[in-house]
Amino acid sequence: MEILDEITGKEYEFGFTTNIESDKIPAGLNEGVIRLISQKKNEPQWLLDWRLDAFKIWQNMQEPEWAHVQYTKPDFQAISYYAAPKSKPKINSLDDLDPEMRKTMDKLGISLDEQKRLNGIAVDFVMDSVSVATSFKEKLGELGIIFCSISEAIQNHGELVQKYLGTVVPKKDNFYAALNSAVFTDGSFCYIPKGVKCPMELSTYFRINEGGTGQFERTLVIADEESYVSYLEGCTAPQRDENQLHAAVVELIALERAEIKYSTVQNWYPGDKEGKGGVFNFVTKRGLCDGYKSKISWTQVETGSAVTWKYPSCVLKGDYSVGEFYSVAVTNHFQQADTGTKMIHIGRNSHSTIISKGISAGKSNNSYRGLVQINPSAQNARNFSQCDSLLMTDQCGAHTFPYIEVNNSTAQVEHEATTSKIGEDQIFYCLQRGLDEEQAISMIVNGYAKEVLNKLPMEFAVEAQKLLAISLEGSVG
Amino acid sequence: MMKIENLKASIDGKEILRGLNLEVKPGEVHAIMGPNGSGKSTLASVLAGREEYEVTEGSVTFNGQSLLDMDPEIRAREGLFLAFQYPVEIPGVSNMNFLKAAVGEMRKHRGQDPLTAKEFLALVKEKSALVELDGQLANRAVNEGFSGGEKKRNEVFQMAMLEPTLAILDETDSGLDIDALRIVAQGVNAMRSPERSFVVITHYQRLLDYIVPDVVHVLYKGQIVKTGPKELALELEEKGYDWIKETVA
Repeated sequence: MEILDEITGKEYEFGFTTNIESDKIPAGLNEGVIRLISQKKNEPQWLLDWRLDAFKIWQNMQEPEWAHVQYTKPDFQAISYYAAPKSKPKINSLDDLDPEMRKTMDKLGISLDEQKRLNGIAVDFVMDSVSVATSFKEKLGELGIIFCSISEAIQNHGELVQKYLGTVVPKKDNFYAALNSAVFTDGSFCYIPKGVKCPMELSTYFRINEGGTGQFERTLVIADEESYVSYLEGCTAPQRDENQLHAAVVELIALERAEIKYSTVQNWYPGDKEGKGGVFNFVTKRGLCDGYKSKISWTQVETGSAVTWKYPSCVLKGDYSVGEFYSVAVTNHFQQADTGTKMIHIGRNSHSTIISKGISAGKSNNSYRGLVQINPSAQNARNFSQCDSLLMTDQCGAHTFPYIEVNNSTAQVEHEATTSKIGEDQIFYCLQRGLDEEQAISMIVNGYAKEVLNKLPMEFAVEAQKLLAISLEGSVG
Repeated sequence: MMKIENLKASIDGKEILRGLNLEVKPGEVHAIMGPNGSGKSTLASVLAGREEYEVTEGSVTFNGQSLLDMDPEIRAREGLFLAFQYPVEIPGVSNMNFLKAAVGEMRKHRGQDPLTAKEFLALVKEKSALVELDGQLANRAVNEGFSGGEKKRNEVFQMAMLEPTLAILDETDSGLDIDALRIVAQGVNAMRSPERSFVVITHYQRLLDYIVPDVVHVLYKGQIVKTGPKELALELEEKGYDWIKETVA
């Protein structure tokens, strides 16, 4: 199939940068830099102490090497840890935004006012490290929902941040979590009060903008008793020649009978066809089902980044708590992904479901790594895992590393795994019905990933389907 | 409609079709019979454009154009339909979405406006009745978990939806019980018209009791070695393929 190579050559569609003057501190990392970040952000003493403690921990840690990925380790002294747009607008109306930023948003297809009117989505747009636009705040405010940048939350809701920050992902959790704790500059914060069902999908679009600036977002979502929230996170990054590090930490906390649905469409710049450039995505995402019948559901569609290292996990502490992980991970060209989940069962009758669909194309490597851990206290815990891999070429790799630890004999754990190669018979069948090859592949792959795509909110599902098709155009061989 | 001249084709260097000639005129139904390994399914695959077969010689004219120069999807859009011997399953893709995309491409190719959702549903209802396909199947994933009979009925349903000018049925009778056979044949017969032609590939005479052909050909070692009226099929059934082998030898 010759047309394959031709279309595989498709360049990253969102490769553009915005020219906005940045307030950027020189590259390098030491205690002074951390003090400077904290000072620039006008942070309380407790947070500075917290950051410095994290920095000490990080200095004594080694970068992990167990993942099934290969890359040149970042030079942490070559990264600038703070960049804020110079004109930091106070936003009452979206028209007050810097026109350059508006243009960027338009290219991303998320014209804010459009979204505001048509979709009923509140968008918290993170450009570099400082969020510049938050909409729908008033409407959410009426319900007592707090949805803002974490910097704002630190200023205005310090006690909530102090209470929960680092409780799910401790500073010492891992190398990148420690680094993030020391240097995070912004991210999102969300609090849903008792008994409130958030009436709209909360959405954050992330974007790396400043060349050579690592991004260390910190996201904290707290769903108080009997509340519900659906949170969407989507990413596209502009094209860059050097590798960019992205080491975020996301913490979710669901109290008694609360439910958090967290959906991600991740499309960071994956590098070019030769594997040059691209984002390193080393993220720690974890949710704590703290209360009785609490529920946390992760859904992710991963198509981007040069190297991905990501395991959205659930700690099922509450009795009858539920954890879910639905994932589609696509790798093409020279991309490497090592992704999966951890389900830590502590509460009685806690249940978890893992559905992972890997798609490998080009010369890429795609690994599923998952841990199901049933602790002695987790009477009658249940897990069902299904890990499927779809290979598009003969040169790519799919790997599965399931870890199962059962310490309670009443637990039931099921694991199913399949690996298949995309069928030339399937493609030919589609061609014979008049579809072209691109349509055929898009249809077959979307069908394969349907179980996961169905879990996404409507607006995201459509976007995700397009993304899958774009990522895999002409990739069969 | 279609004229095949001196067609030679091979797979993995092995010649399967060895100079095949066949002319199908509008409205005609041709049956192609032959023993296992005679090249029946190869013929269907080559006409539909499977790329693992290499055409080494000969030509195929389809509605005045060179069929072999077209990509498989263009052949389909130009009106060539293949009912597969083994229809493939496409998990997660609903029959409806699949057909909607296919019908859309056909109409675009013919310069017609796309069907509205309402028109499309009406068409589905009309055509699925032809093969007594119940509404449930239309909403399931393409062929996934279908029985053998359901898959074949689904092929004929798709054919009815796409309204080809030339339909090739590749052993559509294989694996069918007598009721399913009757239903499939009914569907095909309902589509017979002066503008539409059929090439019915089969191993057994049985199907031809239901779909009565205008011409019967016997394919053997990659060539058509005998052509006759519908009675030829009965004679074959009675005497067996050894009779042909002896005649040719």
